[in-house]
Amino acid sequence: MRHARIRFEGAIHAATVEGDDNTLLLADGRRVAASAVEWLPPATGSMFALGLNYADHAAELAFAPPTEPLAFVKSVGTYTGHEQITWRPDNVAYMHYECELVAVIGKPARNVKRENALDYLAGYTVCNDYAIRDYLENYYRPNLRVKNRDATTPVGPWIVDVADVPDASNLKLRTWINGELRQEGSTKDMIFDIPYLIEYLSSFMTLQPGDMIATGTPESRASAAWSTGSSAKPNSSSSKLSRTKSSLSKRREQHDQALD
Amino acid sequence: MSRALHDAATGTLFGVALNYQGLVDLHLAQFHEAPYKQPPVKPVLFIKTPNTRNGHDQAVIYPAGIQHLQPGPALGVVIGKDASRVSEAQALDYVAGYTIVNEFSLPEDSYYRPAVKAKCRDGFCAIGPELIPRDQVKNPHDLSLKLWVNGELRQENSTENFVRSLPQLIAEITEFMTLHAGDVLITGTPEGRVDVLPGDRVEVQISGLGSLVNHIVAEQEATV
Repeated sequence: MRHARIRFEGAIHAATVEGDDNTLLLADGRRVAASAVEWLPPATGSMFALGLNYADHAAELAFAPPTEPLAFVKSVGTYTGHEQITWRPDNVAYMHYECELVAVIGKPARNVKRENALDYLAGYTVCNDYAIRDYLENYYRPNLRVKNRDATTPVGPWIVDVADVPDASNLKLRTWINGELRQEGSTKDMIFDIPYLIEYLSSFMTLQPGDMIATGTPESRASAAWSTGSSAKPNSSSSKLSRTKSSLSKRREQHDQALD
Repeated sequence: MSRALHDAATGTLFGVALNYQGLVDLHLAQFHEAPYKQPPVKPVLFIKTPNTRNGHDQAVIYPAGIQHLQPGPALGVVIGKDASRVSEAQALDYVAGYTIVNEFSLPEDSYYRPAVKAKCRDGFCAIGPELIPRDQVKNPHDLSLKLWVNGELRQENSTENFVRSLPQLIAEITEFMTLHAGDVLITGTPEGRVDVLPGDRVEVQISGLGSLVNHIVAEQEATV
């Protein structure tokens, strides 16, 4: 099953997503077309995002792979939903997309061992963990200005049940920009897998229902090209949880025009 | 936590590190070296996750297996309405009021990587006891902070030593992210953090805001 949070006719609903056309079944029994709703982030807890969790991406950024997970925290204001707009700030050269598998916590998790870790998951979703690398500073890096800007973390469109993803360590991650495949990797190349990350984080804190673990991004074949920032065209990227065959998320980006 | 504070301070807890001039001065030579290369340009921010929330007169768990636990006395600013791209001149209009925060942490040897393991442990962010409305604090940049451990004064400073004033912080933060109503800005802990141990009574006083008390309890005792 797939579970979404959506806004429909001004009200926020938890909905079940059905079929190839992603019809939304609301709790009151109504069925609503996907085109009629605004997709919201499917979870709103803290997000623990992993840096350098793919060996190829670490090499791309000229870092040695970490020996302990490099986790940073994102807050709810930076999340946005599927098919929403992310603003590219004026005068930046290095705004990177980062396609990531996200594990969503389903119940409080403290001192969980990796062999039991999946019992604490609500499911999986996808995020695009944009980084505005122009703003990097070497304090609590990656700092919030790079990673926690308003609406620069599209999440969704829905949460896929754990049972429907037989092997989260063998999913293909892909990003398309305006239909062109620009990033492709596999979760099998993660340095620290989801059970390990749940064991690690829960060893010193309680993970809460709705918290998310964004598991890092693989190498992007085209990051250098995109990083020139010279393109004036709006972008879109999409990612697919391939084993589910139905979890498609599209994201659109426009240049910063008038947020104020 | 008082009802007014409980109702007002419901959002994200954003911490500001290195916001006392004395603390920055202590590290300044090091901040010109690797991995920092240069002193911070923008406010150095972190997030205390919701599991860290704790209240007045409550226990703070001293985790098993750690070497040092340090209180972090700080002025807390509770945001009253959503603030996005706010000017310094208008920044305080977005403040509902002030409270005391004790931002517990394991010692930070380095500021290079996010301090999740040091700062995001359960109960590591005591807030309270009261929300003091903005208008009752004449000058938030002239408040004395005192940390008492078992009745002994161990750390003392004043918000006049901020690197950035509250309007500067709010303006620079809201340039890139909205501070939402209910968010709490933890405006920094001064230099001279001290160690506390199980059994200690830890009290943070800020002039005009009262006194926030916590009791350090070893993890084993608490889980019985």
